[in-house]
Amino acid sequence: MTNPYVNRKYIIISLIIFIFIVFVARLFYMQIIDDSYKYSAQNNSQRRITKYPARGVIFDRNGKILVYNEPAFDLMVIPIQTKAFDTTDLCKILEIEPNILRLILKRARLYSKYKPSVVIPQLSLETTAILKEKIYKFSGFFLQSRTLRKYPKPIAAHLLGYVGEVDEAYIKQNPYYKMGDYVGISGIEKSYEEYLRGKKGVSIYLVDVHNKIVGNFAEGKYDTAAIPGYNITTTIDLELQEYGEMLMKNKKGSIVAIDPQNGEILALISSPTYDPSLLVGRKRTKNYQMLLKDTLKPLFNRALMAKYPPGSTFKMVNGLIGLQEGVINVHSAFSCSRGFSMGNIHVGCHPHPSPLELISSIQHSCNAYYCNVFFKILNNKKYKNTEEAFLKWREYVTSFGFGQNLGTDLSYELKGNVPTNTYYNKYFGKNRWKPLTIISLSIGQGELGITPLQLANYACILANRGYYYVPHVVKEIHDVQHDNNKFLQKHRTLIDPKNFEPIVEGMEMVVKGGTARIAQIDSIVVCGKTGTAQNPHGKDHSIFIAFAPKDNPKIAIAVVVENAGFGATYAAPIASLMIEKYLKRKIKRVNLEKYIFESDLIRR
Amino acid sequence: MQRNINISKTIDWLTLGLYLVIVLLGWLNIFAAVYNEEHRSIFDITQQYGKQLIWIITSFLIATIILFTDSIYYQIFAYPIYFILLLLTILVIFFGKDINGQKAWFEIGWIRIQPSEFLKFSVNLALAKFMSTYNFKIHNYRNLITIILIIVIPTAIVFMQHDTGTAIVFTSFIFMLYREGLTPFIMFFTVISIVLFIMSLLVQQDIIIYALLIVSIVIFSFVNGQITFILSAIGALIGIFLISKGIVYLFHIQFLEQHFIISVAIVFALIGMLLGKLKKIKYAVHMGVLLLACITFTFMVDYIFHNILEPHQQARINELLGKSNDLKGVGYNVNQSKIAIGSGGFLGKGFLQGTQTKYNFVPEQSTDFIFCTVGEEHGFVGSVILLLLYVSLLIRLVYLAERQRLAFSRIYGYGVVSILFFHFVINIGMTIGLVPVIGIPLPFFSYGGSSLWAFTILLFIFLKLDIDRLKYLT
Repeated sequence: MTNPYVNRKYIIISLIIFIFIVFVARLFYMQIIDDSYKYSAQNNSQRRITKYPARGVIFDRNGKILVYNEPAFDLMVIPIQTKAFDTTDLCKILEIEPNILRLILKRARLYSKYKPSVVIPQLSLETTAILKEKIYKFSGFFLQSRTLRKYPKPIAAHLLGYVGEVDEAYIKQNPYYKMGDYVGISGIEKSYEEYLRGKKGVSIYLVDVHNKIVGNFAEGKYDTAAIPGYNITTTIDLELQEYGEMLMKNKKGSIVAIDPQNGEILALISSPTYDPSLLVGRKRTKNYQMLLKDTLKPLFNRALMAKYPPGSTFKMVNGLIGLQEGVINVHSAFSCSRGFSMGNIHVGCHPHPSPLELISSIQHSCNAYYCNVFFKILNNKKYKNTEEAFLKWREYVTSFGFGQNLGTDLSYELKGNVPTNTYYNKYFGKNRWKPLTIISLSIGQGELGITPLQLANYACILANRGYYYVPHVVKEIHDVQHDNNKFLQKHRTLIDPKNFEPIVEGMEMVVKGGTARIAQIDSIVVCGKTGTAQNPHGKDHSIFIAFAPKDNPKIAIAVVVENAGFGATYAAPIASLMIEKYLKRKIKRVNLEKYIFESDLIRR
Repeated sequence: MQRNINISKTIDWLTLGLYLVIVLLGWLNIFAAVYNEEHRSIFDITQQYGKQLIWIITSFLIATIILFTDSIYYQIFAYPIYFILLLLTILVIFFGKDINGQKAWFEIGWIRIQPSEFLKFSVNLALAKFMSTYNFKIHNYRNLITIILIIVIPTAIVFMQHDTGTAIVFTSFIFMLYREGLTPFIMFFTVISIVLFIMSLLVQQDIIIYALLIVSIVIFSFVNGQITFILSAIGALIGIFLISKGIVYLFHIQFLEQHFIISVAIVFALIGMLLGKLKKIKYAVHMGVLLLACITFTFMVDYIFHNILEPHQQARINELLGKSNDLKGVGYNVNQSKIAIGSGGFLGKGFLQGTQTKYNFVPEQSTDFIFCTVGEEHGFVGSVILLLLYVSLLIRLVYLAERQRLAFSRIYGYGVVSILFFHFVINIGMTIGLVPVIGIPLPFFSYGGSSLWAFTILLFIFLKLDIDRLKYLT
């Protein structure tokens, strides 16, 4: 008997084969053509843990530590791996509000479901200890070891700068960085970021579905070690820096001290300052906001960014230009009857013997003398007109490093201001300004804006009789050659070195028997110059520049104390104490020191 | 007239060999799937792989017993076996142990037995017995009802255990019924309406309509054997596709495309009917009507779904269809399974080297999702080899069923093919994301005593029937 439906077996067999073909095609697509599953599998089962290197340690010039590292842990989360957990418990451990935690987790999810995000950075050691025991309860969370900056002394905040988390805009420009990485934001931390940061390493672990580490991937074949950042020796003298900060306590202003023989910055103080450890760890954002809101602007690095009229300290520049241009010589004398009068212009002066020659004009800081010198420079018959003479003058001035970036290795250095002819042409009109119109430049007032760093550099030029090295804070990066050629080059001014001798004599006289006798130090010949910068917003700024000893100088210094009156009242004694501290390491003038320590010019 | 037969000479060694290979490969893959560093021995009976070995050995014992039992008993006791298992399956609802929301297990000591697994072969036996009665006609109204009852009663009981997967398996007998003469139209309509229902919720309407047109052209051409027709029709379809895409591209009007395609499809169906009528082409009118019905049906489902169902009902259906892309919830298993298989590549990661497998990313890895282990650790090559083993087994069983002289044996054989084929399609289909997740094991391969025993009984009864095929000369 033949079954009538026997042929239907072919349909059934065809169906089986058809399904087989569909399955094979699908497998071919999934396993061979489409790569996405392979990546998913890796993400699924591999956890890449970044090993963060310790940042380089920063030393002072004598090998004392300015900043080092201490271990810290970040709480991280991989959103896709989280499961329902005891929110209250976690919040209690972390000491945060549940809604804040929810917000953080939401943000993490938005960033990436699969990549780790920081929940709470830089946990305290106690919190870390508690969390380590309980972390198994919180699936998807893990602790990432990091290092935090630690400062043995609360000093040099502006110099060292601080470290902060990178943001998305920064990552876009610098792909080396990933979310949660830290980067130097200011100071040395910023300018030497490349050396300090070291090299991140990675450990690849295999994890199971519960996010539990079950072992190393490929026995650690693909792991890389974290390479710590290079240590840096700075040119800073920790003791001098600390002392300077103490002197500047309760005063607004700045001290910059440089070794004129090589341009090494010995101390750089901007006051008011802050404890650098405020900007480390979890409290960073909060503290940063607090510092930002402070009306005294402690975050503002006055040494590099504040512009002051140099006042009388600028007189030596005009004297030097006058000598160089031949409009005066050492014995040129001008009389001063309580000031300088010409046309309807009058520049006042304080009582002193008259007439004065160049050296004594510096000693007594005679305004009339420099008005005359400046007038002669700009009225020089060598030049067609005032504007051309002014341009020549300006060329000399900028050769002192004024009105331009010196090119230090500190970030956010400002140019300051030396007015240009175009500025005056615009302000007064072409050919409408005469030497008398801008006579205030002669005594360092007017449109001049000089930073304390530039002033200190100027002190170096005077100390070196005509040249400077670009000021810098880094002496050596350990174990690596870095390009510091630009710090080894002498920068010469346009003034003949021999013209400096009478000027330096004058500066010596300032301290020996002039306006800054208060700056005298036993057995050290200090050369200095006071300055009083007129300040339209309040009391004059007290300014002093100095170097010592006179021959073979070891330190050049500029001090600005805002709203403190005459240069001799605060700036000169502070500079003098700094010099004594640096050269003698011990202060003998205890009363002077006490007077400075106890002066409170802020009174908040 | 009866003859004594030497089993070793008449047993189908090929089937037996395929069975053994699949069972052993299954055991090795269970070992890989649940491999535990602390229990490195595959014989460790505290682990699933050790237990599976026990199930394998006992299965061999059961197989041996079956091979040495006279096959006449299966015919004789077909109904009693069916009823006893029905009873057990009902009892399990009341006395069984609740596991994962399913009341499908008897627990005796550490052994768990799932009666519904055994129900499969008993239903098969009952159907074979009933359909092999003398002068049986499948299209007899009463016979059809009886067949449906034999299938539906156990299906309903298993449904009550909340074991949807196993319940659906009973629909697989439709293949056997088809072979035994059930009119293809019944199957055709059921299959089409189910497929259309699902597709119209899953896929864009225009794609469905294209698919319908292509399928009807292909079927039409098959029936009439006109290759020129199929070519010109497919050419016309491509033309229509390009024109409709052109409309969208030029005018940026989406709804126009829909309307255009629908009109084209309707015109297509009408022309087909007209041509068929005029040229007296077989089934042309039927095809046209069917096509129109399908289009209407698609739109109806779509309309009902979007305009009549409540949002939460929509969500539930979407979830069922895997449409809602919730990778942590319903979609998680399939997604992980696809990742595991997809990451296997051409040759796989090697035995015990599968990271997805080893670290439990795929749930139910040793049972329903065992194919992931093969896919991940043995890659495309390993997967295809396993598929080939199953396809060879299925085709061999079709061949064996066809050589039976007794209707009982043939029907039973096709029942075996139906059940195994259904498991094969659903199980592997779901691991590679082609079929919605329906939790049923891969025969002989997945971990589980009840399923291995049940499939072994299912297969070896047929092998015994095959051995004895020469015993009964007609």
